[in-house]
Amino acid sequence: MSLEASPSPAPMLVVDDLRVSFPNRDGGRTEAVRGVSFTLGRERLGIVGESGSGKTQTGRAILGLTAPEGRVSARRLAFNDVDLLHCTPRQRRELRGGRIAMVLQDPKFSLNPVMCIGDQIVETLRAHTRLAAREARARAIAALRSVQIDNPERVYKLYPHEVSGGMGQRAMIAMMLIANPDLLIADEPTSALDVTVQLQVLAVLDALVVRRGMGLIFVSHDLRLVSSFCDRILVMYAGRVVEEVSARGLAEARHPYTRGLLNCLPKLGANRHPLPTLDRRPEWAL
Amino acid sequence: MGTVSAREAGIEAQHLRVTYRGFVAVADTSLRVDAGQSFGIVGESGAGKSTVLRALCGLAPVSSGTVCLVEKSAGETSNSRAPLPLPGTKPFRRLVQMVFQDPYGSLHPRQTVDRILAEPLAIHAIEDAETRIRRALDEVGLGTSFRFRYPHQLSGGQRQRIAVARALILEPQILLLDEPTSSLDASVQAEVLNLLEELRRRHGLTFIMVSHDLAVVTHMCERLMVMQRGETVELLTSADLAANRASHDYTRNLMEASTGFRRASTA
Amino acid sequence: MTDNSARNDAVPRESLHEWLMSDRPRSRRQASFGRAYGAWRTFSRNRLAILGLLIVIGLVLTAVFANVLAPYSPYIGDLRTTRLLPPSAAHWFGTDDQGRDILSRIIFGSRITLFVVILVAILAAPIGLAVGTVAGYAGGLLDAALMRITDIFLAFPRLILALAFVAALGPGIENAVLAIAITSWPPYARIARAETLTIRRTDYIAAVQLIGASPWRIVWRHIMPLCLSSVIVRVTLDMAGIILTAAGLGFLGLGAQPPMPEWGAMIANGRLYVLDHWWVAAAPGAAIFVVSLAFNLLGDGMRDALDPKAAK
Repeated sequence: MSLEASPSPAPMLVVDDLRVSFPNRDGGRTEAVRGVSFTLGRERLGIVGESGSGKTQTGRAILGLTAPEGRVSARRLAFNDVDLLHCTPRQRRELRGGRIAMVLQDPKFSLNPVMCIGDQIVETLRAHTRLAAREARARAIAALRSVQIDNPERVYKLYPHEVSGGMGQRAMIAMMLIANPDLLIADEPTSALDVTVQLQVLAVLDALVVRRGMGLIFVSHDLRLVSSFCDRILVMYAGRVVEEVSARGLAEARHPYTRGLLNCLPKLGANRHPLPTLDRRPEWAL
Repeated sequence: MGTVSAREAGIEAQHLRVTYRGFVAVADTSLRVDAGQSFGIVGESGAGKSTVLRALCGLAPVSSGTVCLVEKSAGETSNSRAPLPLPGTKPFRRLVQMVFQDPYGSLHPRQTVDRILAEPLAIHAIEDAETRIRRALDEVGLGTSFRFRYPHQLSGGQRQRIAVARALILEPQILLLDEPTSSLDASVQAEVLNLLEELRRRHGLTFIMVSHDLAVVTHMCERLMVMQRGETVELLTSADLAANRASHDYTRNLMEASTGFRRASTA
Repeated sequence: MTDNSARNDAVPRESLHEWLMSDRPRSRRQASFGRAYGAWRTFSRNRLAILGLLIVIGLVLTAVFANVLAPYSPYIGDLRTTRLLPPSAAHWFGTDDQGRDILSRIIFGSRITLFVVILVAILAAPIGLAVGTVAGYAGGLLDAALMRITDIFLAFPRLILALAFVAALGPGIENAVLAIAITSWPPYARIARAETLTIRRTDYIAAVQLIGASPWRIVWRHIMPLCLSSVIVRVTLDMAGIILTAAGLGFLGLGAQPPMPEWGAMIANGRLYVLDHWWVAAAPGAAIFVVSLAFNLLGDGMRDALDPKAAK
């Protein structure tokens, strides 16, 4: 809300009619993402949907991380004028980690289990910059400190299985942000964490995104969480975007799926028996 | 179908302690849930709440302490009645059943729904399995078209409904629920929670539900136990928790955290 | 979710393929056939596996119809006229030192090979499966005891142990089969135990324990069916080794006795003439090679088809 004074700068990420399909059992193809379009500037965008909505595949397609048997197509998929669909593998490697980064759900599965945390961060750094080993190490320790890890020298030498979920996730954030990317895609970054730890990690993410002026795409199934963290929300259902709404205007959301999703969660203190359920209409999937 | 099903049984644990090779998962926990009540156990991961549940039904080894069924009218002398079944016996199994957390892991991958539901009936030598299976599927809102599917042909919500049907096919009185909706989408969670409530009302079941989600637990349960690292922190009612009348700091922290994230940078 | 059901309900007779591939089976039969069909489809996509299957089927048919297929008698030869003849139109694989047609001997020898392979599979696989699942589920002392016994059998090279048994029991094809079976089961026990240890921790086993199933019922009806496919694949892959061991025993004169046309014994016999009359040893050797290869290809294909990850 604060920096909107400048005349609309060119958006950082342009997604136009993105489609991702996978082969299915009968020999045909099933489309996981069916024509998703949006643009992103230096703001926070939340993509919310349930399982099967295509939200994860959207995030992965942007980074070129779709599984090999999947097919990605779009009218336009560009990051700062780099055509993500047709760039060379070398260009894509330079983008990943350097300009676009991704934080995944469970640090147990997304951090290399046989390398200590510090070494993994240094590896990322050296893939994108030319630094002497000592300086890289110093930067890694500074990165760990920036995600509120109190004893970074100690944590540097630990292995992923030796740290708690919350700390592992913060280390992952440090690793992903160390090369100063412009865009961060976070795919359910706090879903595997306890609720008190979630808030800590989100606070860290919040501070970093603000300080660096990064763009953020927050993919999650938790509508309330996304609405409290992001500026704008895209609601996805069956591979399509059914509603785009600002976080502030969530209560006035108009699509029945969004309203249903908001209402069906039990709330502390509210006494609704039975809970309102979603009446899935077939026309939403069209 | 012994005489026990005509009586109303609750369950009680006294000074329960569960250790796994030196690691204390549950330390000195006591609780009592009378027939017809709903009791929730909340806490974060590693609190020991699932372990308590498993100890109650005999799936986790009890290092010390006791678990037993209790009569509702504790004041009456029970010399005219037969004693309640002991944990681990077959009659106990008919009274106490469990719904597990992961719908993908709690159904045998190579058995059809029909077989999964027929198994408890076969083990307890109950007749007219055909009618009972159909009735069980009906009760959880699934038609007979689901009867011969394999678990991988079902969605998460459908699998969880089958897990509920399996738990209820022996007509137990006490249902233990280990995070039954944590792996489900929000909209499916609402349906499954409504189903569980409806079934509880219809059959007069006793619920003991474990969850890390405060909203879910306070929605479903009247009384709560808060656990942290194997210890009982506090016992209170849902009403008290929702009205912020918790006495312990940890409980208050949990409540705070459950209300969501507050962005530092926005006004 | 595809809307096949709407289409099927409207059309009264669905094709067999659709019936089998249906996501909503309507009877026990449809469900089990559908699963088997799904496995078959994955299997049949692998051309080499199909080749292996065809060869094995060929082996079975050859054994069954040996009487019809063999042009000459496998036991009777004319020492005067047909001794050590090279391959020709009259004798496709030539003749051996006793004047017998080698092709006919190979055809009849397939019966012996099949006999060995089937009996060993029937004897060794169930023993290994039973020992492994019981050890894995029971744990503790029983597990330790059973696994030590397994280790003892595993410690000996199969051929040496088989030799020892045959030496004790006396030569002959039946004793050879017994000896091979006794030495083949340990790997199956290991596999079954490893799978059981993983399966034991799952919620679906906890659920059935909670229902009150006895340990025997759990092992027999819930755990064994899950271990079965791994063991079957391993048995199939082992067939090649079993055939070679039987051939080895035959080669040493401890398996099938003359004049039985067992392939290994034929190679031993042909060894004496291999320099000038290569076909006497080469033909049975090729037969062993082809059949071993077939079982390997078949086993590989089955593993890919029955792998739980592929079946999702």
